[in-house]
Amino acid sequence: MRIEVRFFAGLRERLGIAEREVSVPEGTSIRQLWSLVVPEEPLPDNVLAARNMEYVDLSSIPCDGDEIAFFPPVTGGAG
Amino acid sequence: MTVRILDAGFDPWMLLSDYQRSGAPLEGAYGATAVFVGTMRDFNEDQNVQSLFLEHYPGMTETCLEQMSVAATERWNLLDSLIVHRVGELHPGEPIVLVAVWSAHRKAAFEASRFLMEELKSKAPLWKKEQREDGARWVEHNTPG
Repeated sequence: MRIEVRFFAGLRERLGIAEREVSVPEGTSIRQLWSLVVPEEPLPDNVLAARNMEYVDLSSIPCDGDEIAFFPPVTGGAG
Repeated sequence: MTVRILDAGFDPWMLLSDYQRSGAPLEGAYGATAVFVGTMRDFNEDQNVQSLFLEHYPGMTETCLEQMSVAATERWNLLDSLIVHRVGELHPGEPIVLVAVWSAHRKAAFEASRFLMEELKSKAPLWKKEQREDGARWVEHNTPG
């Protein structure tokens, strides 16, 4: 299945990847997807993931054509 | 219920005034309006901050803020809400975020505006990168409320 993988903020900078389309076996979890895309990088403890722009657990399994994003803890707002 | 992401500076007071005058929050129905404005500081963790870059996840940010607004509207029976958030490059003194809610009574307005700010800070996909004298760094966590 084809998955569009995106990285944001500090992760994007550190990995040097903003987005990448990958082909992975059916049944690949989001956690496994990370290892397939950046095998040299351990999955950070505090990483957050979104599937089609909705927060999702790392154990969930995406479908063909999904957009999966990985990003660090969020730091918006002020005050 | 309105959510806006802006990539240029804005005046929260003017924006609020225009929004209220536009008739979006139903005049006569609301008795309480609570407003929160978050502004960029020139210090963080005892260091001077010269500028800030706010990155976000276009599409997810808006969806996330809309979902929070719906949750707050249902929980506190709000009459209207407005969330405006800046992205891009900012300097100290510039507003970052505006949250306003309209309700019949003050309890709902106070509680819902607090709820929206805490939800926004913990869930909306936005990230700050600070430019300090000794270089740039990503902010790793938000300060406690």
